[in-house]
Amino acid sequence: MGLTHQSTGSADLVIALAGNPNTGKSTVFNQLTGLRQHTGNWPGKTVTNARGSFAYQGKRYILVDLPGTYSLLANSVEEEVARNFICFGQPAVTVVVVDATCLERNLNLALQILEITQNVVICVNLMDEAGRKKIKVDLQKLADLLGVPVVGTNARDGEGLAKLKEAIRQAVLRGGPCQQGKRASQMCSQVSRLIRYDEQIEKSIEKLEPLVRAHIDSRFNSRWVSLRLLEGHDDLLQTLSEQSELCEPSKSSKPSESSKLSKSSKLGMFPQDNFRRGDSELLNSLVKVKTVLEEKGIGVNELKDRIVSAIIKKAELIGQQTLIFARNDYQQFDRQVDNIVTSKRWGIPLMLLLLGGIFWLTIQGANYPSQLLAAGFFWLEGQVSALFLAGGAPEWLHGMVVLGMYRTLAWVVSVMLPPMAIFFPLFTLLEDLGYLPRVAFNLDNFFKRACAHGKQALTMCMGFGCNAAGVIACRIIDSPRERLIATITNNFVPCNGRFPTLIALTTIFLVAGQGPLQAVWAALSILAVIVLGVVLTLGVSRFLSKTILQGLPSTFTLELPPYRKPQVGRIIIRSIFDRTLFVLGRAVLIAAPAGALIWLFANTTVGGVSVLNQCAVFLDPLGRLLGMDGFILMAFLLGIPANEIVIPILIMSYSGAGSILELNSLAALRDLFVQNGWTWVTAVCTMLFMLNHFPCGTTLLTIRQETQSMKWPLVAFLVPTVCGILLCFLVAQVARLLG
Amino acid sequence: MSNCYIPLDRLPIGSMGRVKRLMAKDHSRRRMLDLGLISDTVVEALRQSPSGDPVAYQIRGAVIALRSEEAANILVELV
Repeated sequence: MGLTHQSTGSADLVIALAGNPNTGKSTVFNQLTGLRQHTGNWPGKTVTNARGSFAYQGKRYILVDLPGTYSLLANSVEEEVARNFICFGQPAVTVVVVDATCLERNLNLALQILEITQNVVICVNLMDEAGRKKIKVDLQKLADLLGVPVVGTNARDGEGLAKLKEAIRQAVLRGGPCQQGKRASQMCSQVSRLIRYDEQIEKSIEKLEPLVRAHIDSRFNSRWVSLRLLEGHDDLLQTLSEQSELCEPSKSSKPSESSKLSKSSKLGMFPQDNFRRGDSELLNSLVKVKTVLEEKGIGVNELKDRIVSAIIKKAELIGQQTLIFARNDYQQFDRQVDNIVTSKRWGIPLMLLLLGGIFWLTIQGANYPSQLLAAGFFWLEGQVSALFLAGGAPEWLHGMVVLGMYRTLAWVVSVMLPPMAIFFPLFTLLEDLGYLPRVAFNLDNFFKRACAHGKQALTMCMGFGCNAAGVIACRIIDSPRERLIATITNNFVPCNGRFPTLIALTTIFLVAGQGPLQAVWAALSILAVIVLGVVLTLGVSRFLSKTILQGLPSTFTLELPPYRKPQVGRIIIRSIFDRTLFVLGRAVLIAAPAGALIWLFANTTVGGVSVLNQCAVFLDPLGRLLGMDGFILMAFLLGIPANEIVIPILIMSYSGAGSILELNSLAALRDLFVQNGWTWVTAVCTMLFMLNHFPCGTTLLTIRQETQSMKWPLVAFLVPTVCGILLCFLVAQVARLLG
Repeated sequence: MSNCYIPLDRLPIGSMGRVKRLMAKDHSRRRMLDLGLISDTVVEALRQSPSGDPVAYQIRGAVIALRSEEAANILVELV
């Protein structure tokens, strides 16, 4: 949560934006706020709450984009985040975005939210898609049935958003429970009319609710809290009392009691210690009511089932009353496309063709702009150098800033930017179309055998572009264990930064001679590397799920959303801003200081020998053991900001230069390496280590941010490194034995 | 009639089944329920993935893929 009225100032109104995944919720968010929150035709984009603001009729509204969820009851992290915000964040209004083409299913969440608060505006999005499928939604009827305002929108084209803003303004004026504490309890009676449970459950609520009302802050909905208590969510009371304390200075109906309560609640575990004496009455009744229910055959599980069933039946009923399907075959098109793209015969070949095409385009297409960028940067370097010299700057300063920081930065940008600027838009196009979930569907069986999730196929594809982006993409995996597996193993697929090195080493060491066969051999070797990466990913995934990730809960449900017309213009803008520049930004953050460090290593001498050389000599025995040498290991270590600079650092070390550089021909590179004792074994081991070593700094930083812990970046660091060391050791020793 | 329930994973592709019992527990059960798989919901088996598993089902207007072991926990009656 973290966003309450206190933190935003009293003038701003907090609006929560909730909805199922893949309903265009993020598009609504973007359209309202102009903020570039990434959207995709894919369930589960938002994990942390994105925020944006908009002004309307002299008021400022803070819009909080909640994670897309199907429910608030199933206890995933996303659902908890969304539920807690709606319940405790006390937004002035909650906007629920629902998909017009799939209204009944979306109403499940809408109804659950309406149980918490009546201060809701329903936004029926994708009205155009519904129109195309000849589905008519009776918005007026829906508003009447739900008792809240309903607005139809086409967020992608901006249609209906003015009406939505107006509806939000009106809803705020009517006043939310946060502005007028007394309203919440009045609203409960209204809510109860919306969903009625079995008689037994209603009776239990009737008994419990007055006690709950006396116990909790009046801003919270006592009927809803009663239901959750019956379900066994005892922890809710503690959260509620903590929340009361947080909001206390502003408006708590009975400040003294709630503060006492929350102070005591921190002392011990619920329910023994943290209640005032009077609360034992609530606890006793809770036990009594539960016993009565159990006697009637409604245990906690049965109760939960009945509650969910009641909501879903209500959704079905409302759907029947508000939807008109003019055509029964409204999904005909999707089904026909799926008949091809998920078929036994065409499904996998088509997928390989598409993804292979994207990689090929990326690698081929990036060459020229990369050269152009590099040329530009090095021209600029000359100018800056001249400026430094003219200004009389000391040699070390020029070296560290220009030859160290600037050159590394220029390198990273010129090799990373073009491939990402090609790869991400293409990939986003497939995403926007709705094709990617089909890839997960096609490949899930392989991942299932590795105890992983089919969607990991997509995070891996993304990893080919950039491992940091691949790690971010792991958000789409809704099951926590599989998400961690995908995060940790993402580094096993070689990213754009490692591909060129792999290609170069294959070309100069493994493929002898010239001719048409050479290209074939080179392609096959690269393919072998990719296959090895995939095999390792699956093997390590299986290993992790049987060892350190054992026991975390896991489920598999995969939605295959309707295909949608992609918005090409927006795809390009979004993928450039959200993915390309985002990743590049992080890379730059790491590359600049690392560049200075590399320069220092190469130019600080102790006893006439540079620190770099001394470290290399120290690492040499280990390097030899792994079929490489000390300089190669040193290059990998110093190359942590980005894998692209490993070879340039190596060239710098071998040629005794003081700053990173590149050789202009593969032949020259080969000569330099051979002079330094390289054989095909060295090349194979270096390639293996390239595939299996610690992720780059950007990826590690991203893993830290995504998992909010230091443990998982550490695991992600160790797992591939250990694999690489083992593999290299094996290859080197076997090669030695065989002579 | 009441005895001819079959697990959902054995529902032939192209045919429909009516959900009769959910045998999944805890987390998985909640997820199934949230998908709308409550009693008497009609489900259609749409297609298999190329390797035969998972299978995509039409559930309350949405297309959802379930793995065989999860589908095996849902008992349906042929419609």
